[in-house]
Amino acid sequence: MSTLQFEDVSLRFAGGDRPAVNRVTCQVNSGEIVVILGPSGCGKTTLLKMVNRLYEPTEGAIFLDGVNIRQRAATQLRQQIGYVIQQSGLFPHMTVADNVAVVPRLLGWPKPQIQARIDELLALVRLPPGEFRDRYPAQLSGGQQQRVGIARALAGNPGIMLMDEPFGAIDAITRTALQDEILRLQNQLKKTILFVSHDVEEALRLADRILVMRLGEVVQFDTPFNLLTQPADDFVYTLLGADDRVRQLGLLRVASAMMALPPNYSNGHNPTLSHCDSLRNALSLILRTGAPALTVLKEGDPVGLLTLDHIRKSAMVRKDSPQ
Amino acid sequence: MSYLISHPGDVLTLLLQHLRMTGIALGVAIALSVPLALLVTRLRWLAVPVLGGLGVFYTIPSLALIIFLVPLFGLNATSVIVAMVLYTQVILVRNLTVGLAGINPPVLEAARGMGMTVAQRWWRVQVPLVLPVFLAGVRIAAVVAIAIATIGAKFNAGGLGKLLFDGIQTNRYDKIVAGSMAVAALALTINGLLLTLEYYAQPQRRLQKET
Repeated sequence: MSTLQFEDVSLRFAGGDRPAVNRVTCQVNSGEIVVILGPSGCGKTTLLKMVNRLYEPTEGAIFLDGVNIRQRAATQLRQQIGYVIQQSGLFPHMTVADNVAVVPRLLGWPKPQIQARIDELLALVRLPPGEFRDRYPAQLSGGQQQRVGIARALAGNPGIMLMDEPFGAIDAITRTALQDEILRLQNQLKKTILFVSHDVEEALRLADRILVMRLGEVVQFDTPFNLLTQPADDFVYTLLGADDRVRQLGLLRVASAMMALPPNYSNGHNPTLSHCDSLRNALSLILRTGAPALTVLKEGDPVGLLTLDHIRKSAMVRKDSPQ
Repeated sequence: MSYLISHPGDVLTLLLQHLRMTGIALGVAIALSVPLALLVTRLRWLAVPVLGGLGVFYTIPSLALIIFLVPLFGLNATSVIVAMVLYTQVILVRNLTVGLAGINPPVLEAARGMGMTVAQRWWRVQVPLVLPVFLAGVRIAAVVAIAIATIGAKFNAGGLGKLLFDGIQTNRYDKIVAGSMAVAALALTINGLLLTLEYYAQPQRRLQKET
């Protein structure tokens, strides 16, 4: 796990009429998924690529675990950062196993450890090693390629992962499956993830917090719940499609709206649902059963309560917000 | 055919001369083409003048090109070898340049982003990916070189062309047939060998065909 800090980071490309990234200051906490969201050309990918020094900021500094990344050799820094890009960027002349082994080999791991790591990671991304180890990328579907891309990025056991629109070129159904996969992996591995997307639904599904960017600047950096209920301005409001409240409920997780269990809680006859279910499902359950409250479960244990009122608050945009 | 069987020693000597010329020319040509192609890849604006200039050589008939070179290098194998190098340059440089440009950009970005050094990116990613394309260029260059070496006999350079030209001058059809067959067989063999090499240089495509 790693923390990441941007301090007044700007990047002006030679000949650009405005900075591609302008004075970004923010902090990404350890184990958090932060999605950088914005229209194309807003500087989101540029911001991401400064973290592994593919671009160097013209002003400001970036700190990984409190250390200025400029103080480390670029290649060494990159070997400790997982990097997943659009269209996977797998090496076409290498087998799946060799692709996954790239960073461990660069790091000089002993052979048996590398072999074990390959099997472990392929199993983790649900590609049975026996079947997939010796295949070449061209023999895989787009979704499978991106699973290998994720396994490859995880191989060196980095504390932080950079994901640059990894699912941008993948069909909608596979994309949803891969997003679930990221959430599942994240539950298990607790990496710090910086994820670039221009897809609002993807951002709302994955993010603990969303960094909304526009014209190189950060417009708002907050939880999906707060972005939807308290958008900073019209741009955020429109970007998130905040008009369609029912759709929004489908994108918010129950965990974001529930209240903690009261101390005197005794399991009544409340219907139950999982903390990562959508609020839309919760609403549907309340309407169907007529129950006053739902008990929210996490791995089988009750962790919170959800009432119609909580859902209604999630669907409301604050009065002082623009309409 | 009968000449080949009755004079194996003479033919072998000529074949070795032919191979020597071709080998030296290809060696020098490859050694020149790699830095040239890298330069052209690095400095895009050089592509048109360099490839254009080399293309001009290619349009000059080989006989004429060697005649141009004789005053510089003398009436011997050197002139022929220099002509072969000039001739094959355009093939090799173009194939290498196109091959390098054809590598999918995300692949190179991934290599950089994963922390490979410049040398590691070159040897582990660019070389293996460009090798099949480059070998295809070498193969065509080799066949071209073998053909030019045949003309070399006219310029006192020896080689299998000697059989052909001697045969024409002395009206010996057996020699002409033997010479053409030997050159053709040589070209086909070298072509076949390099084609095999090409095949083994791209494991990913080999596997694709099987599945």
